[in-house]
Amino acid sequence: MRATVLVRPKPGILDPQGAAVESSLRQLGFPVGDARVGRVVDLEIEATDPAVARSEVERMCEQLLANPLIESYEIELEDGR
Amino acid sequence: MTENAPRVGVVTFPGSNDDRDALQALGRLGAEPAAVWHAAERLPDVSAIVLPGGFSYGDYLRCGAIARFSPAMRAVAEFAADGGPVLGICNGFQILCEAGLLPGALRPNASLAFVCRDVRLRVERTDTLFTALCEPGDTLTIPVKHGEGCWFADDELLEELEAKGQIVLRYEENPNGSVADVAGVVNGEGNVMGLMPHPEHAVDPLLGSTDGALILGGLMAAARERASVAVY
Repeated sequence: MRATVLVRPKPGILDPQGAAVESSLRQLGFPVGDARVGRVVDLEIEATDPAVARSEVERMCEQLLANPLIESYEIELEDGR
Repeated sequence: MTENAPRVGVVTFPGSNDDRDALQALGRLGAEPAAVWHAAERLPDVSAIVLPGGFSYGDYLRCGAIARFSPAMRAVAEFAADGGPVLGICNGFQILCEAGLLPGALRPNASLAFVCRDVRLRVERTDTLFTALCEPGDTLTIPVKHGEGCWFADDELLEELEAKGQIVLRYEENPNGSVADVAGVVNGEGNVMGLMPHPEHAVDPLLGSTDGALILGGLMAAARERASVAVY
């Protein structure tokens, strides 16, 4: 099964990268606001049961993929068939 | 080895680049430094540990996030749990935060720029192992050089740390946007400290300041104390 983990800076956390991207986009003429830059982790996991897979990826997030103090995460599962 | 030379281990991770500076600075200050490889499952016979600056494991994922899983870090965590003095400098500070041995987290500098210059630090506490050689109200000049030194704690955590006196050093002029100008923090037990500035780069007047010797000297005194207790 494929898992995609989206890691984002938590709301309220200063995100200078997002601010730089936003200002560049504005210079290009796109009237955007509140840009935030996070990270994507794609994984191939062995578990076939979605509930098992999700709880496993949650543990990965808590232990390594995200720092819960400053980052939130979102898990997307996708059957490989 | 002279009788009073405390043995201080300096851990080298893949990507550390201030390990030799730390070894040399400690040696010049009268310690007997010992290099520790990241793959070592046991620490050599040392009475204090320095986690040096650099870019361990390429700073992949988050600074310090991978280094904390190295075998040497497991040994360092045990050493710290036993009361052993541990000082994390720059990347070492990031590793200690990621490992949960120190509170908070380090984020990219607010300016997004790498800062490399001398900064002035206010010593908030002189009753810690690491600042025992400082005088109350001291201002130290020590260089920083980092891209991700913006220490963060949420309001609740910061309040708790302030109340418990765990904020040890603050920037006079904040170079990275850290919360409450924090430059260095200590753990609740008082035996683990991390700071972004580099005391090992400030031990020779030729380089502008010797204030770093006060921090490293504090660590060495703590190491001496631990060694003397261990004899009995």
